[in-house]
Order: sequence, then C-alpha cells, then structure tokens
Amino acid sequence: MADTVQTWGSRVPYASRPAAKPNGLQLFMRRRSTIAFLMCLPLILIIGCLVIYPAFYSIYLSMLNKAQTRFIGLSNFEFLISRDTFWMVVQQSAIFALSAVFFKALIGLITAHLVNNLPAKGQRKWRGMLLVPWVIPLALSTLGWWWLFDPTNSAFNYTLQSFGFDRIAWLGNPYWARFSVILVNVWFGAPFFLIMYLAALKSVPEQLYEAASIDGASAWQKFVHITLPMMRNIISITVLFSLIVTFANFDIVQIMTAGGPRNMTHVFATYSFLLGIRSGDLPLGAATSLFMFPILAVAAVLILRGVRKRGREIG
Amino acid sequence: MSTLAASVPATRRAGVGASLRKNRRWALISSYFFLVLFAIFFLMPPYYMVVTALKGDAEMAQLSTNPWIIADGVTLDQFKILLTQTDFLIFFKNTVIVTVCVVAITMVVSILAAFSLGRMKFWGSSILATGIFLTYLVPDTLLFIPLFQIVKAIGLLNSYWGMVLIYPTLTVPFCTWIMIGYFQSIPKELDEAALIDGAGHMQMLTKIFIPVALPGIIAAMIFAFTVSWAAFVYPMAFLYSADQQVLTVGTVTSLIRGDVYKWGMLMAGALLAAAPPLVTYAFLMDYYIAGLTAGATKG
Amino acid sequence: MAEVQLRNVGKRYDDVVAVSDVNLDIPNHEFVVLVGPSGCGKSTTLRMIAGLEEISDGEISIGGEVVNDLPPKDRDIAMVFQNYALYPHMTVAENMSFGLKLRKFPKEEIKARVDNAARILDITELLARRPKQLSGGQRQRVAMGRAIVRNPKVFLFDEPLSNLDAKLRVQMRTEIKRVHQKVKTTTVYVTHDQVEAMTLADRVVVMNGGRIEQIGTPNDLYHHPKTRFVAGFIGSPAMNFVPGKLETNGSGLKIRLSDKLAFTVPESRTSRYQGHVGKEVLFGLRPEHITETRGSENGVGQEFPVLLDVVEPMGMETMVFFKVDGTEICGRVEPTAAKASGETMQLRANLDQMHLIDPATNVVL
Repeated sequence: MADTVQTWGSRVPYASRPAAKPNGLQLFMRRRSTIAFLMCLPLILIIGCLVIYPAFYSIYLSMLNKAQTRFIGLSNFEFLISRDTFWMVVQQSAIFALSAVFFKALIGLITAHLVNNLPAKGQRKWRGMLLVPWVIPLALSTLGWWWLFDPTNSAFNYTLQSFGFDRIAWLGNPYWARFSVILVNVWFGAPFFLIMYLAALKSVPEQLYEAASIDGASAWQKFVHITLPMMRNIISITVLFSLIVTFANFDIVQIMTAGGPRNMTHVFATYSFLLGIRSGDLPLGAATSLFMFPILAVAAVLILRGVRKRGREIG
Repeated sequence: MSTLAASVPATRRAGVGASLRKNRRWALISSYFFLVLFAIFFLMPPYYMVVTALKGDAEMAQLSTNPWIIADGVTLDQFKILLTQTDFLIFFKNTVIVTVCVVAITMVVSILAAFSLGRMKFWGSSILATGIFLTYLVPDTLLFIPLFQIVKAIGLLNSYWGMVLIYPTLTVPFCTWIMIGYFQSIPKELDEAALIDGAGHMQMLTKIFIPVALPGIIAAMIFAFTVSWAAFVYPMAFLYSADQQVLTVGTVTSLIRGDVYKWGMLMAGALLAAAPPLVTYAFLMDYYIAGLTAGATKG
Repeated sequence: MAEVQLRNVGKRYDDVVAVSDVNLDIPNHEFVVLVGPSGCGKSTTLRMIAGLEEISDGEISIGGEVVNDLPPKDRDIAMVFQNYALYPHMTVAENMSFGLKLRKFPKEEIKARVDNAARILDITELLARRPKQLSGGQRQRVAMGRAIVRNPKVFLFDEPLSNLDAKLRVQMRTEIKRVHQKVKTTTVYVTHDQVEAMTLADRVVVMNGGRIEQIGTPNDLYHHPKTRFVAGFIGSPAMNFVPGKLETNGSGLKIRLSDKLAFTVPESRTSRYQGHVGKEVLFGLRPEHITETRGSENGVGQEFPVLLDVVEPMGMETMVFFKVDGTEICGRVEPTAAKASGETMQLRANLDQMHLIDPATNVVL
C-alpha cells in the first residue's frame, strides 16, 4: 500500500508511526515565550523602524549641512539659538501649550461637573453633543474656524459690528492671532478633558459624598476635600498628556496663520516644517524639532510616574 | 431645640422638604443654563460650516446679510461643484484606501501584540508595554523630518502607500494599549478551560479572546479609523500631487482655485470629509468614548 | 442624645411607593433595629432620617425638632455605612476628625475626641494609617469612630456588618453592643439579618413591603408575632407552617394537619380560636419546639410518630426533617436521641408555643 512506510524492515501503516522526536528548532518554536515574542514582533518592527530609528536618525540628521554632504556638528543648533525668531517660537510654543491646556482642563472640569449634575438619561445626550469638536478632524474644523475669522467675511465681526463694536483682525493682528490659535485649540481639546473627568467623577463612590454630607461638608468643601483628591491622578495624567500633544500641535497654526503674522504664531512643529520641508533644509528642520524632545521627555516621565502611582495609591 | 414635638401642627405641608428641593431645582436650572452656553460654544463652528455649505455664492458675497442664517434659500450647488469640478472625490478615494489598509494593519498588529503582552508573560514584556506607551507620546511633528528622508529613500514619497506605511505609528501604540487592558480583564480561568479543551494559542486568541474582547476591539478600530482619517502632518509633508493626496490636506490646501477661496465649496468639502467620523460617532458613540477612557483610566 | 419620632412617614419614587405609613417613637438612648428582607424599605427609612433621601410624606423629628427641611449636616446625626465610606486619601485620624474640622472645633478638642473614640474602639495604633492598609473589621471600627467623635444626637447604622465574614460579624456585633452600653447614644440600626436584630436591639421594627409589620422587644416578637410574616421571619431556623383545619374535639378543639396527624389545642387557647372552627388555618410551630420525647413535662405537649426524611447533625443538636402531607417540617432533637434517615421516630410538639394564622389575612390569631 502506498501509505505505509518502511520502518526497520517491517510494514507499519503511516498513521501509526511513532511521532518523530521534535528537534531543537521545533521545541523552540513551540515554547510559550517564543510564541509570545513572535506575536509582538510586528509591533516591535513598526516601532523600531518607524519611530525609534527615525528619532535617532534625526539626531544624526541635525548635524549635517543643508545639502547633507558634510558633518557640521552642532552648527545648526548654534544657528537656531542665535536667531530671535527661534526664541520667539520657543516662547510661543510654551505660552500656547500652557494656556491652552489650562483652559482645556478648566472647561473640562466645569462641564464634567455640570453634566454629572444632570439626571442620568440626559447625561448621555449632552455628553454626545459636547464631544463633537473632538470628533471632527482637526484640520477640517480649523478650516471652519479660519472662515469664521476671515478678514472680510468673518461672522464674528458681523456680530460684533451689529452690537456696535469694531471689527477685529482675528488673524491679521499678531496678538489676536495668538488668541485665535489658542481658542481653536481649547475648543478642540476641552471635550477630551470633559470625557476623562466625567469618567473620573463617576468613579468616586457616592457614599463618600453622603458621608461628607453627614460630616457637615458644603458642596464646595466636598469638591475640595473629596473630588479633587480622588481625581488628582487623572487630572495630572490628562494635563501632562495634553501638554505633550498641544506643544507639538501643527494643524491649527499651519492652516490658520502658517506661523504669521511676522512669525508671531509659529510653534515648533510649524517652524520646523517651514525650515525643513518648505525651505528644503532638512537638517535644520530636524534640529528645530529636536528642541522639543527634552520637554516631552520630562512630561513623559512624569506621566509614567503618575500612571504607576494611580494603581497603587487608592486601589 | 424647640419643644414643639408633640404639638407640631398638622398644618405643616406633608413632607415637602421645600427648601432642600428648591435648592436642588436651582442647581439643576443653572447647570442647564451653563451647559447651553457651552453647547453653543462647541457646536457653533460646525453649525456655521453647515450653513455656509448650503448657501449660494451670491449670498455670501453680500456682506450685509447675517452670515449665521441662510437667507436666500438652501442650495446644494456647492456640493455639486465640489463633487464634479474638483479633485475631491479622488481625495476621498485615496483616504478610504489608506484608512482601510491602516485599520486592518493596526488591528492585526495590535491584537497580536496585546494578547501576548497582556496574557502571556515573558521576559521583558512589561518593559515592552511601557515602551509602547512611551512611543505613543512621541509626536508626529518630531518624527516627520527624519521620516521624510526615510520614506524618500524607500521611494514612497508622494504616494499614499507611504501613508499606509507610516500611519500605523500613530495608531498601533494606543490601540495596543487599549487592547492590553481589555485582554487583561478576561479572567484567567478562561485560558485554563481552553487549554484543557485542547486549544492552541492561536485558537485561544481567535475563538475565545477576540469574541470576548469585542467591545475593546471595536473601540480600538474606531480610534484607528479616526486617527487615520484625520491625519494631517504626514500627508502635508510627504504628498504633493493631487492624485495622491488625502482628504484633510486636499480640502484645506488644494481646493483653492486661483487666488479665490470659494468658501461655500470649501465648507461643503470640509463637511463631507468630516462626515464619516461624525457618522461613526453618532452610531457608535459608546465605543468611541470607551476607547478614550480605556487608555487613561486603565492606566 | 435625643429621641426620634417618625409620623406617617412615606417615600415615593415617581410611581413606586418605597415606604408608607411609618410611625415610630424612639425614646432617648434606645437601640432600635429596623429589620426585614431586601427592598422592604428599611434602608430608605434610615436614609430619610439621615437626610440623604427626601421625605415624601409625614415628618421626622429629632430631639423634638422637625428635620424634614434640614440638610444632613444640620441634623446632628452620624452614620455608619455598609461600605464604610472612609475617605481613602486621608489617614484614620483625619477621617475621624474631618467632620469636626468642618465644624471648626478647636484643635485640642478634636484631638481629645479622636483619642477617646480610638480608645473605646481599640484602634489607637491605627490612627496614622490609610484605609487601604486596614482589614474589614478595622475599617468598620474607624467608621464607628468617625461617628462617635461627633457626639451626635442619633447614630445611624446602615447594614454595617454585611460586608464582613461570619466570624467577624459575630465579633463586631458584640463590639457594637459594648460601645452602645458605654456611649448610650440613641441608635437606629438597619439589617436584614434577624439574628443581629434580636441580639442587638432594645426594640425591633420588622418591615415588609414598605410598611411596618410589628414593633416590639425581641422577646415579644419571638413569642408573640402578630403576622405570618413576622412569625416566619424571626427565629432561625424559620418557623414551620402547615396548612390545617380546625375541628371540634368533644369540649375542646383539634387542629388537623393530615389524615394521620392532629394536634389537640391547649385549653388556654380554645376560647381564642372558637370563632374559626371548621375553617382552614395555618399551623405554625418553631423547630425548637418539636423535640425528641422528654421524660419530664415541658408545657402542654403531644407526641407523634414521624418518618425521618433528612437528618442534619449540627454538633450541639441535630435537625430532623420530615413530611406532613407534603409539607416539609423541621424539628430539633438531641443528637443522641436522633434516629437515622428513613427510620421512624417519636417526636414531641410543645403546643404551648403553637400559633394559628388566618390564611386570608395572614394575621396570627
């Protein structure tokens, strides 16, 4: 029969041939930790090749000249530090990030409390409505805001004028332009904080508030002594997280002002885009964006510590 | 302390708790009042976009009419022009292709990695998990310069396939993070029951964990979809020609004809481009939010 | 310390009536237990006294003052919650002093009170710890400490022992009783466990379906239940109920439970039951009153043979289960006297302790 195998001179049906002892490679492949590692491999490859390698490569890149033919050490960095525009960019990025995050957190906290006060059925509806800014792709809603700020047709100016006020050059005046950028950022990001804080508010046991009522706490005292301490971790995590994201934001400035007027709304992302891609000096662009790194690293470490603490402290 | 106990008159209104209830009413009314103000703030730009998209050019040119309402009648002209006379549909097609591919890639990579990191302990798994979280914090605006060089070297500059290659860096870390949380919440006994029943690891994954963790998977998919659809930095930096461009960049930069900003058409474009995420959100809002909160509150 | 009065108190949620028609007078220093099954309204009533729920009908007064409109903090009460509700981010000492700090008590006074309460409850070494580091029993004591330092008019307990394991529960029960003897504050205590109610209370309020079934001392409720519900709720294991018919028996009465079994009604009761002769009644007798035959007389009793179904040795006693006309009955016998399952045994029913219930009204006759 075709499916028997000659083994030791006797005819033994294939199916009942004793299984060959697995060789070393097969054992290795079957081991649990190997399989686990292999399952992680695509992830590791993606991150390794497209995040870690570029990050290091950008350090190397930042030390080349514009044509990328010679190694020029820290010249690019020296050049940047010497320019006033660069320091303006640093200052602007910091102001945008700090003020936007502050207002986002504040509005998020307030709206979370307001929504939490509503009867349960209504909460879902309101939460749904208030999250809309976050759902629309930022680039597209920025386009809408741009139209709202348009020098000739601004709907805001129309409303202002109908109340007797002067028109405002939302994007033309540098200080108003900064305000507008921050405003759009806050508009877009506050819903995220709302959702986070609403979830955190709900995780505080109702009985704690009842015990506090009996202990004699007013609404404000309950907020200060119970809500805030219980939410401390989530507040710091979201704030730090948002600082990173806001600091590195590109869409809003690029679309509405492209960094102007007179470079007074540039942030790191748009400035390095301008230098690196628009002007074709990749190494200089790389140097610019690398300045973001230390700040982001500090924020990231703080977030990690906060995340770890959260699990352990309140349990 | 009054001694009116026994003689408290029956004229007292039965248990109204008047002042307590009145306080509560006031709190509720003022909550609604402020919420309406916030709602106006948040919903005003989309509203205005819709209004503009439905207006005729003529009405917009008239600076004296109230821009907040449609005075001269609703018109779909802007949409018609958008869809027939611009590259909008090409942008849409490209975005769809990119997004579908990226979501597929992301889910495969994330689920595999999350399953392994969440349930199969091996040497370095917690370091890896922390590393993934840190990667998520590296912004695209830091990486796009070196990536420009890399993508150019591969030859995928100015091709939307380059986007398919790069977008997963935006989605995979967070999706993995979400999925780890969901996978970890499945009780260990399920593993053991499956092992006894004779399942291998792959089978456990496909037949047990994926069905049980489905809400998390949906939430992760929605996240990946939203991020891919809305990505702006990378296509802005790496795509030049209209036939390769995606919706976000295309709508914002390429719909300008000559020097004239046809705002009605632009708003129509923005709305259509924003429609898929909005529609997804409307129907799957809970998954959307679950994805967000899972990341942060599960720590 | 103060008295608490509830007059016609009721609570409605939209259409659902959770509590109705509650009338209760609690004199100063009394330990009153509200007991009943889940959903009977006991917790709701307690929360109305606390001010955590609004009162739909009636009024509640504490210390002679009507408190319907007062928020919890103005009612001078303290509450111990089922889940302890300790502030997780504060130490034990801070937890206990929180209420006093809010009321602007001077520091020395706060310290004195906290130390005193800690001593009473034996938690002085725990003062610097966080709730997370404490066991269930310790957390419970801290919750009680928080209530004691306030020196309120009334203590309110909302099922405080439900989260503890059985052994700890018995220990804490004794603690609570000891504390009450020391501190003597008027206490309203809610539980679903009738053993807790019987052991802790000066008086017990049995609630069912939002209404009060009966108020009385533990003894009262045990020996003289007024309704079928109270009869069946108090006492563990529960009272046996067997449907039967009241018949005449010469000059006396007999209650017939089955073709083979009828009990003679004790003389002292015949007049009470005269009006129900010939009618269907429900016969109630506690397991502890169905015993093995005893040599000496033990009240008016009657012996009868049974076929044992299930026999459960409990160490100190043995529970025997048998059927009368399909209804399963439980009796308690000396372990040495108990026979095995499937065997016939002679039991004695102590009929002085029997109850007859009118099945139509569920009232004990």
